[in-house]
Parts: sequence; structure tokens; C-alpha cells
Amino acid sequence: MEFNQRSIISIRDFSREEIEFVVGKALEVKQGRWHDALSGKVLASLFFEPSTRTRLSFDAAMVSMGGRVVGFADAGVSSTKKGESLADTIRTVTGYCDVIAMRHPVEGAARLASEVAGVPVINAGDGANQHPTQTFLDLFTIHEEFGRLDGLKVGMLGDLKYGRTVHSLAKALSLFEVEQVFISPPSLRMPEGIIEELRQGGTAFQEVEEIDQVQGALDVLYVTRIQKERFADFQEYERVAGAYRLGHRELSALGGQCRVMHPLPRVDEIKPEVDSGGNAIYFRQAHNGIPTRQALLGLVTGTIS
Amino acid sequence: MTEDRARKVYAIDRGTVIDHIPSPLALKVVEILGVKQEGILTIGINFKSAKLGSKDIVKVENLKLTESVTDRLALVAPTATINIIEQGRVVEKRPIHIPREFHGLLRCPNPKCITNVEEVTTVFHLEGEPPHPAVRCHYCERLYKNPGELVE
Ligand SMILES: [Zn+2]
Repeated sequence: MEFNQRSIISIRDFSREEIEFVVGKALEVKQGRWHDALSGKVLASLFFEPSTRTRLSFDAAMVSMGGRVVGFADAGVSSTKKGESLADTIRTVTGYCDVIAMRHPVEGAARLASEVAGVPVINAGDGANQHPTQTFLDLFTIHEEFGRLDGLKVGMLGDLKYGRTVHSLAKALSLFEVEQVFISPPSLRMPEGIIEELRQGGTAFQEVEEIDQVQGALDVLYVTRIQKERFADFQEYERVAGAYRLGHRELSALGGQCRVMHPLPRVDEIKPEVDSGGNAIYFRQAHNGIPTRQALLGLVTGTIS
Repeated sequence: MTEDRARKVYAIDRGTVIDHIPSPLALKVVEILGVKQEGILTIGINFKSAKLGSKDIVKVENLKLTESVTDRLALVAPTATINIIEQGRVVEKRPIHIPREFHGLLRCPNPKCITNVEEVTTVFHLEGEPPHPAVRCHYCERLYKNPGELVE
């Protein structure tokens, strides 16, 4: 399996075996097996739109494994303000780094960058399209919890229409023997295109509107935020969002054992009462961004193999 | 028979005859092939066709269109047949093959796609087979079910 010099642009580019390989490497990293593997390597962290969490996670991943980081935190300070094309910016930056992590508001920007860069590009989010390191860390977290992905039943709750994270997760999980359960208001259902892909691929799934309608117990519930902007009417938003708020009662309806995940930041879609129980794994999930990104940074720069 | 008609009724000595174009797409076909400025064109619209009901025919004189050019018709006129004419005779007859990838042929309708923001040649991947071909944008990864509508 060749990862050296490979760009990480979209979860669609990866087979089941490759995902398992990355997840395995992330576990090795977390266990301390690749201490200082990124020593001497330079990451160009190019954030054409701000995303403090993701940027800090990449920075911390790099620095705590001995690497260094150059870059910018938003496009205001970069040359794009002066009208330079993305391709030219990338060609220039290529000269002083070993790997690029980039976030860009335009869909497909990372793919284009990977085609002109002389070093591997890691997509840290391109608009509504992809954010593959998030998907890898989600998969790593589930795998860490259960020791496997096959045979699990994974629910996704909330805004499944606009949630990039759940689209990629659904796609990735469809490569495994995972039953998927989509719980959302009718106006925020999983897009037809993704449903059709799952159907064609023979993935088992249910679509329901209420938590109480879920058949059987869930192993994992992935919660996403329902945003106010999706509703014309504030009261309608309040009513809908309220119905999908997760607390103890909802958790017991889902079998009581299910692990709760969330890409964070959370607002009020998970009640604080859930934080302290054994169900909540969202903070660990966020921390897993570090070993997952370290594994990917090491793999694509050839320092982890 | 049809082959014979395509040659005889609009007899040309040398060139390419594109037959069995669903009506009324002849002008679109000319546009996609990029042959507007390529010498004499004869365009026939609304002929009776047993297969299609009615069909259009485009004849491009003195130009033998290669497969990679005519295959650009796959999303708009997949039923078209290509006749290469030399010295007044059909020397080659071939159908349209649907390519796995389309370079620079389609425009991505997603305004947030990089291909609509920067100077980039569009690339689309074929997903789903005829008669229901779908294409996915190589950049923004959106899936389109009516790819014929994306032809520039
Ligand atoms: Zn696109």
C-alpha cells in the first residue's frame, strides 16, 4: 500500500483496505510507536478561510512529532488577496515545505492544488465537499472503541442534508459491514444521491424521523447540529431542533449503550447530562484528531510506513 | 440501406456523415464537434427514421472525424452513427462509444466549484451506464444525472 507522496483529498479515493491501514497506523501513533517521526519536516498550513480547531489540530500534530509549521490562518494575509491564482500560490509554497494542509471555501480547491503541487496535499476542508481527516478520525474513534467496524450499527442524527461530515462518514462506512440509521427531520434528510449510492452498494440502512422510531439498539450515534440558517422561521427551528436534542431519555430509547459522537463544536444538541456518562466519546474523538493527522502526515511524507 | 441513403441522398465524396442524430439536435452536434468553421456542412433535420421516429443528419465535407472527437456526442446523441466517406464510398461505419472521462466538454453547474472560480479544464467521470449515464465532477464531486445538459 503506497501512501508516500500521496495526497489526501477525498474519502472517495480510499478503499476499505487503505482505510483500515490508516486507522491501524493512527493507533500505533497514539500508542507512541512513531515518536518524532516528523522531525525535520515542514508543513505548510494554508487556511484560505478560518477554522481555528482544524488548524490547531494540524499544527499540534506536526509540532508534537518534531515537525515545523509555516503558513497563514486566513486568506486576508495571503497573496490571494492580491489576486494570485490558487495554482500559483500552491506552486510557490511547494518550494518551502514537505506537505501542505489546506482549507479553502471553494469545492474542489484541494483537488486542484494536489494536481499542481510538488508535495502531497491534505484537504482540511473544501467548502461543502470533503474533510477527509475528520472522516479518518471518526473511523479511528469508532474502531478504537469497538476494535472493529464490521458488524456495528451506526446512527446519524440531526442535519443530514448539509452535514458534510455525515455524508463522508456514511460513504466510508458503506465499505464495511455496518448498518446505518439516519434520523432527521424530513427537510434535512440524507441527500438522495448518497441514499442511492448506499442502495446500489447493498448497504443496510434505515431512515426515520424520530429517535423513538429506531429499530433495535445502536452502537454509535453521530450527532450533528441543526443550524438556524436552514429555517426561514425561528419558531420552526426551535421546534425541530428541540425534537432532536439528545439526553438520557433519548439515549435509553436507543438501547442505552450507544457511544455518542459529535464533530464539535456543540451548541445545545447534546444535553450536558450526557457528558459525564460512559456514552459520551466526543471529546476523545476530538483528541483523536492528533494521532490520526500525525499518521497521515507521516504516511504521505514517507516517515511512517 | 440506411448507410447507402446517408451517402447517396447527400452525396459527398470525402468526409464524415453523422446519421441517426435524435431530432432536433443537429445544430447542437455541430457545436459539440467544433466543426462550424471547418468547410462545407450540410445539415438535415427531421428525416423519418424507423429507429428514432425522426432524426437529423450532419455531413462534414472533407474532414474525417476521429473517434475521440465523435465520442464527444455520447451524452447528447448516443444513438448517432458515424460514416467515414472516401471516394464516394463508406469506408468506415462506427457507433458512439461513451468515454469513462470527459475533459473540457462539460461545465459544472455548481457555482461553488473550483472550475467556476479558477481557470481549470473541467473533468467529469462517468458513473452509471447508458441509457442512464450520470457524471461526477472530478473537483467538487457532485453527481449529475442529466449530463447532456452540462455540455457547453
Ligand atoms: Zn464541480
